[in-house]
Order: sequence, then C-alpha cells, then structure tokens
Amino acid sequence: MKDTKSTLGVALAVMVWFIGIGVFVLGARRYLPPVASEHGKGIDVMLFYLLVTTGTLIVIGHLVLGYFVFRFSRAARVSPTLPGATAQRFWSIAPAILMTVLAEGGVLVLGIPVFGQLYTEDPPADAVVVEVTGEQFTWNVRYPGADGEFGRTDPALITDTNALGVDESDPAAADDIHELALIYVPVNRPVKVRLRSKDVLHSFYLPHHRIKQDAVPGMTIELWFVPTREGEFEIACTELCGFGHYQMRGFLRVVSDEEFERWLGEKREAGRR
Amino acid sequence: MTQVATAETPVHEKQSFLSRYVFSTDHKVIGIQYYLTGGLMGVLGALLAGLIRLQLTWPTTQWNLLAKIFPTGMEGGFMKPEFYLALVTMHGTIMIFFFVSLALVSGFGNYLIPLQVGARDMAFPFLNMLSYWTIVPAILIAAASFFVEGGAAGSGWTAYPPLSAVPSAAPGSGLGQTLWLLAVALFIVSFTMGSLNYVTTVVNLRAKGMSMMRLPLTVWSLLIASIIALLAFPALTAAAIMLLFDRHLGTSFYLPAGLFIAGKVLPNTGGSPLLWQHLFWFLGHPEVYVLILPALGITFDVLVPFARRPAFGYRVTVYCLVAIAFLSMVVWGHHMFVSGMNPLVGEFFSIGTLLITIPSTIIGVNMIASLWGGKLRLTSAALFAIGTISFFGVGGMGGLFLGNAAADIQLHDTAFVVGHFHFMIGGVTMLAIFSGSYYWFPKMFGRKLSELLGKLHFWMTIVPFYGIFATMHFYGLAGAPRRYYNLSQYAFLEGVRWMPIVITVFAFTLLAGQLLFLVNLVRSLWAGEKAEANPWEATTLEWSAPSPPPHGNWGENEPVVHRGAYEYGNPDAKEDFVPQTVPALKVPAHS
Amino acid sequence: MSSARGAREAPMNWSGGVAPLGMSWQKLMMWIFIVTDGLLFAGFLAGYGFARTGARSWPDQQEVFHLWFISLMTFVLISSSATMATGVAAARVADWKKVANMVLATAGGGVSFLAMQAYEWGSLIRDGVTLGTNPWNVPAFGNYFFLITGFHGTHVLIGTIVLATLALRVRARKTTAAGVELAGLYWHFVDLVWVFVFTLFYLV
Repeated sequence: MKDTKSTLGVALAVMVWFIGIGVFVLGARRYLPPVASEHGKGIDVMLFYLLVTTGTLIVIGHLVLGYFVFRFSRAARVSPTLPGATAQRFWSIAPAILMTVLAEGGVLVLGIPVFGQLYTEDPPADAVVVEVTGEQFTWNVRYPGADGEFGRTDPALITDTNALGVDESDPAAADDIHELALIYVPVNRPVKVRLRSKDVLHSFYLPHHRIKQDAVPGMTIELWFVPTREGEFEIACTELCGFGHYQMRGFLRVVSDEEFERWLGEKREAGRR
Repeated sequence: MTQVATAETPVHEKQSFLSRYVFSTDHKVIGIQYYLTGGLMGVLGALLAGLIRLQLTWPTTQWNLLAKIFPTGMEGGFMKPEFYLALVTMHGTIMIFFFVSLALVSGFGNYLIPLQVGARDMAFPFLNMLSYWTIVPAILIAAASFFVEGGAAGSGWTAYPPLSAVPSAAPGSGLGQTLWLLAVALFIVSFTMGSLNYVTTVVNLRAKGMSMMRLPLTVWSLLIASIIALLAFPALTAAAIMLLFDRHLGTSFYLPAGLFIAGKVLPNTGGSPLLWQHLFWFLGHPEVYVLILPALGITFDVLVPFARRPAFGYRVTVYCLVAIAFLSMVVWGHHMFVSGMNPLVGEFFSIGTLLITIPSTIIGVNMIASLWGGKLRLTSAALFAIGTISFFGVGGMGGLFLGNAAADIQLHDTAFVVGHFHFMIGGVTMLAIFSGSYYWFPKMFGRKLSELLGKLHFWMTIVPFYGIFATMHFYGLAGAPRRYYNLSQYAFLEGVRWMPIVITVFAFTLLAGQLLFLVNLVRSLWAGEKAEANPWEATTLEWSAPSPPPHGNWGENEPVVHRGAYEYGNPDAKEDFVPQTVPALKVPAHS
Repeated sequence: MSSARGAREAPMNWSGGVAPLGMSWQKLMMWIFIVTDGLLFAGFLAGYGFARTGARSWPDQQEVFHLWFISLMTFVLISSSATMATGVAAARVADWKKVANMVLATAGGGVSFLAMQAYEWGSLIRDGVTLGTNPWNVPAFGNYFFLITGFHGTHVLIGTIVLATLALRVRARKTTAAGVELAGLYWHFVDLVWVFVFTLFYLV
C-alpha cells in the first residue's frame, strides 16, 4: 500500500515539476507577432517582464508544491510541531511584499506610463489622419484630402454606394479619399486614427502594432501610433459584432514616404472612389 | 433582548415521493438536486464546447450526422456562423450560470452549510425549495432558445448592445436574446433566494460554540461569496431590465443616435453602449469570485484532512477572502480598458486589479504550506485539491497580464483571455467540484466512490486541461482573436496553426476522461463501498452526523462546538485529529 | 435594530447558538432583501446619472413637473411611514385595534400616492412625454422617468397589497408583532427609495 502511495506521490510530483519547467520553456516571447510600432516596444517590454516574472513564479511554485507532495507523501508520521504564529505571519507578509513589488510595481513602473502616453499625449501636428468606420462587416477608411477636413456625414444619407452617408453638398467632402478595408500610411510618421462605428460595437486591432481600440457607435475615438516597419499588416475585429465578425479582415500598408505621396496623388486625381 | 433563532423543527409525518424527493424542503435533498442539475448542464455545456472545437479545427469538413441533429445550424453539414456564435454564447452562459453556480455554490452550499455550522436546516427551507424550482424554468427557457426563429442568442454571455439590443442586428438577437434575458433574470431571482438563506443561516443558526473563527473555510468562502452575489447581482438585474426595455419598448438606454442597422436608420437617441458594460461588469467581475471563492474554501477543507495538519494561516486566509471580495467589487473596469472608457479611470482600475494578487498569493501559499509537515493521504479527493493549487497559480498569473492595462491592449478579446478564465472559473472550480465530490460523496450517499476510477479521472482531467488552456494562452499571445468562427484566412497566425489542433485533441481527451467520473458516480450509488460516518477521520461537524444524515441532521441533540475546525496533530490528543464536538475537558483546545 | 426599549443591549455575541445581531432570521433576511432591492434602484439611478452627466441638455424640472404636487406626494408617503411606525409600536404592546387602523391608514397613504403618481404620469403623457420621445428632445429623460417611477410605483403597489392583507389578518388576530414589523421594514424601504428618486430626479 505504502509503495503504491509513494509511487503516486512521485508521479504527482513529477507531473507538477514538468508543468513548471514546461511552462517556463514555452513561456517565451516568440509567439508575439513581430512588433512594428513605436509604443509597441513599450508594450512588449511590459509583456516580456510579465512572462519572465510569472514564468519564474510558476516554476518556483510548482517546484515547491512538487517537493512538498513528494516529501510528505513518503513521511512516516506527521510532524509533531505545529506551525507557529511567527511562521504563519512571515508567510503572509513575504508573499504580500513580493506581489506588491512584482505585480503592482510592474504595472506602476512599466505599464501605466506606456498606457498613459498612448492615450494622453496629443499626436504631432504632421500626423497622417485617417478615419476608420467599422460596420457589419468591413472597415470603411477615409482620408480628409488636401483641405485637411472630413466631409460631414449623416446616417440618413447612407445608401449602397454611399456607405458613410457623406453629405455631398459639404465642400469639405469633395476631396475626401475613400478606401475599403485598406489603410495606406508612410513609415516612421505618426498616424492618427479617428475610430467610429455605423452600427454595433467593433474593435480595431492591429496585432503587429499593439493597437486595439473599440469602435463605439455614437462616439469618435482618436488614437495614434507610429509604424516603424514597412510591409503589409493585417487588421482584425476584436469585439463581437455579429455573424461576420471573423470576416472583418483589413490591411494596413506601411510604405515609404515617396510611395505614400505617390499613392495619395493617384487617389486625388482619381477623385472620390 | 437577544433571540435564539432556530429553524423550524422537522416534521416527522409520512411524506409522499413528491414532497420527499421533488419538492423537498430538506437542504440535503435540495443540495443534491442542484448538484445533479448542475452536473447535467455541465455535460450539455461540454457538448457545446465539443461542437465549437470541431468548427475551429476542421472548418471545411462536412458533418452529415450533425446536419441531422441541427438541421438549421448545420445545414448541409457545415456550421453556420450564427450557429457558431449561439454555441459560444450558450456554452458560456450554461457553464457559468447553470453548471458552476449550481453544482459548486448552490449544490455544495446547500448541502454543507447547515451541516458544517451545526444547524438542522437552512433558515427558510420553503424559500430554499422555491429557489431550486425557479432554476428549472430558467434552464428550460435557455434550452428552448435554441429552437426559436433565429436561434439562440449570439452576442456572447456578455450580451453587449447594440448587437444584443437591436433584433435586426443578428439572427440570434431576436427571440433568442429575449429568452436569454428571461433565463438569466430567473437565475438571478433563484440565486438571490439561495444567497439570502446562506447568509442568514451562517449568521443566525450556528450551533452553540461555533464562533465565526471556528467555521470551516468552506463556510467562510460560501458566506463571503453569497454576500458579494447579493450586492452585485442587482446591477445586472437593472441592466437586463433596461436592455429588455430597449429591445421591446423603444427606449434608448444603450442605443445612441444614428445607428444604421439592416438597412435602416434607427430612431433611438441618447443612449450609450458603455452603460451596459459598466453595469454588466459591476456584476460580472464579482460573479467570477462568487464562483472561485467557494472552490478555494473547499480545497482547504479537502487538503487538511488528507495532510493531517491544520490549515496554515487560517485567520489570514479569512481576511484574504474578505479582502478579495471587497477588491473584486471595485475593479470591474479592467474588462473595459479599450472600450472607450476614460483612460485615466482605466489606470485606476489597473492599479486596483493588481492589488488582488496580494491576498490571492497569500491564499495560494497557505494552501501549499498546509501540506508541510503532514502525512499525505493521496486519495482522489486530495489529488484534485492539489491540482486546484496548481490551476489557481498558473491561471492566476494570467491575471497579472490582463489586469495590466498596457499588456491588455494586446491581449484583450484574444484566446489569452479565454485561456485565463477557463483556468479560473473552469479549472479551479471544476477541480473543486470533483475534489468535493470524492470527499463528500460518502456523507451524501453512505458509499465511497471508486478510488481507482477516481485516480484515472484525475490524470485524464489535469493533463488535458493544461494541454488545452495553457496552449490557449500562447495562441492569444500570438494574437488569435476570440469568438471567431474561422481564423484560417489570417496570415499573421501562420506560425501557430498547430495550436487549435493540439487544443482539440486534448479537449476530446478531457471530455472522454469525464466519462470515468460519470460511470463512477452511477456505479457507486448502488455498488460503492459502504462508508461509515467519518471515513476520512476529519474534524468538521458534518462528519459527526450519520452518512447520510437524517432529516434534521442531528437527531435528538444539536451539536455543541468546543474547538476550531482543523485540530489535527493536537499534541494533547491520543489520535491525530480531534472533532469539533469533543469537549475541552477531554482534550484541551489549541485554537 | 433593538427589539426592546429600555434595557441596554448586550454586545453582539458571535459565539454560536444565539443570533448575534439581536434579530430573528426573518428580520435579518428582510434586511438583506431590502439591501438587494435597494441596489436594484441604485443600478437604475446609476444609469440615470451616467446618462444625465453625458447629456448635452436636460429638461428644466421646474417647468416640466408640478413640483408642489410632487412635494405633496412625498408628504403623503412620508406620513404613511409615520403611521406605519405607529402601527409597529402598537403591535409591540398588542394594541391590535390601533394596529389595524394604522396599517389601513398606511395602505391608504399608498393608494393616494399611487393615484397621484398616475395623475402625474397622465399629465406628462398628455404633454407628449413617451418612452421614445419628448418635446425637449432628450429621450433619456422619458426613459429614466418612466422606468424608475414605474418600478418604484410597482413596489408601492406590492406594499399596499401586503398591507391590506396584513390589516385583514390583524382583524382576525392572526399576526404577530414580528410580522407587522417586517411589513413595516419593507414600507420604510419603499419610502426611502422615493426620497432618493425625488431628490435625484425632481430636485437636482
């Protein structure tokens, strides 16, 4: 009987150890999409810090748990001394201090500054402005054109060919540039996104750029970021919006300054759409 | 003038089958009713999960058998996206409200509270019976929602408007969503009735000598969970009423102006979708602690007798449970970091959320430390309790990522969140249900569950569970969004296409493993080894009643308590444990 | 809540075998229920606060409501709480005749309040306030007004029915002082909710 029990104890302990080591090994950063924005680097620092600290805690915790299970499943008898008040107090204060420093310290030192900067700093004046309006089930993209102004929109004016309900009589609307699920931006220049929604909640997610923001109908939410790599990056919707939620795939094309100006010029000549 | 408050004395007249087993007011019968009903719903929820895994792993396969069972949702053998969303929504709703809440909280709560505090029954047995019979229509309505036009609700268990508020916004947002709201409302009524009983019974009906600090941690955790449930659920009731109004009475609590849905501009104006999120998560966050706190309490109650040591840091654990409960009510905004809520408010929620790691870690350490110096009896119950510590730690660590606003930007609404909450309210809670089952089955039915089957069940649960949900964390780190019917078109997930396959293989292994438990349960009810009153040599009050206890629990004399709940290894005692009812004259109490 | 005047209460006894808060389980349960019901109204009022702080404009209460009429309603409801308290005190000394009269008077206050509330609703509806629209183009105003006063009115109605039933039972000498006190707790709760609604919706 005792042998079966200790074998069980060993098996349990081994499994527990394996989890610990396995998690640590797997808890590596390689699964994150390669970062492609300025502030994204700060978010990645936060994520790496968390991976290392939580990974270490998981390993240590499981090593201890595994050791205890192994040792005390083979114990001949219960220890005659009961845990004293000092021990119990120590093992409350120690974890409290540890988590205060690791968890709370981590968020205060690394997390809040990045989060705050992302939301409270105003975008620089030379930011490329683009309006993104989510709808069931695609992204309507609009650039303000040479006048720097977006034309007025009104839901009552929405038709099959006028997805945003742009008021054609508004002079600012004449030079607006429209795209569908495609955003062109120049590399290393700030991009300001004005996020809106036509119908239900959507969420604008750029995995490589560490950008995620819900598009709320009735609100226009502004966010900005600086893409740091050229390439074509996917956009996905991350707020359940109906049966086509999975289909709201879009593209962010980050190109050189010249290429961006060329594209802009091309679009202006072609007129709206 | 203080009043001695006792529950009504039991009636001893002959009772019909209906009044003994169906409409019983005996807390033990009601507890078992909840446990079995919850278990049945758990099986249903698991089957829905199986369907979800089929779609995510093999989206191009034609499932002809399923087309016969679900002619609308699986027409032609291929799942419709709206059916997928209905599955996701109802899986979550059923598992949270109709499996874990019922089996863990209502089931074990009803069965154990009067026994562990030394009462004959709950304070208001009739209300207790009503609470169970309110759940039954709730379940029937939820099940019926699959068969109405448009199918079951498809807006997630979170039901965010406008998607859930406008019937034309999605197929499931028609009658299916209304039925969902009614089912949830009935659940809240039932759970409130139950919680009223739990709190009142623990406060007023404890036996003589059973002071608060002599209560087992199961009772403490259930008491605290019930209090936060009572404080938090009204917010969801209010929110659900307002959503019903928006859906059917033309109000605009959640609907802003200018919505263009199904080809029409809606007339609503003045509402905000964020209001729903605030009200929903004001309940939603405490709700997960309502689910996990009893799991933690049960884990202590199971670990202790199988380690033959008192619970380490009992007092501190109680304070930590209270602290977690308090903090849980002020951090709901961590579900809304990217919702459009004021980011400054988000920062405060983030700081508050990370504070919860402190009492949680202390509790985890106390669990591990309770093993120190003990002589472990690795029964099935003990194995599951030890596994709970592992799940609590690993899953809890994921909370550090999500509570951190900056990290959450990348992880919100990805599979990382799904992995995290499955560890906490799926893993910790489910393991606690199992450890509690193996531990208290002898008390409930007078027989033991098979240890062999139990140990096999343990390994076939814990290993696949890690395979599924640890992998899911990494799938989320890779950026995979949640609630997606099909992820194959997204190129950025190219490197992790293997993950959903691995998850599914482990998922079906996990499901198969649970059959071991079901077989064990059914077989042991009739052919299990007979159990005496205290087969585990435990100290808490329920073990001094017969197995199973009679109506009224204690026979002629109510118990009198003379010592704390965990007197193991008392140096003055002959045996290595001293039950709570042993007078101090016989053995001096050491706590 | 002390249950006897005079002798100083013993400190709370949590050692088991006694009710630590000095009240029966029925009273404790009623108190907890009242807290949850109050939190339901808190949820509605929180939504109202959220909507109103976000709204660009809000109708002027002085113009929209007949504040003197609402004040009268409030006075009626508060008076009914006073008659209820008198009834509870009378029940403690078993003056059942007085109890019956007080309970009936309270129920009467409830009925009057409801009639006045119905009149107020009628006059607002005549002015063009519905669940969807109103003349001041602030739909949230109508939404929250009907929702909150509607739920409150329903609670008053339920309370009135309970009190009417209670009065009959008192007549038949089938109640206890504890039962009257429980009804009284509920009624005071309904009154307190109105004070909040009155302040936050009509005055502020």
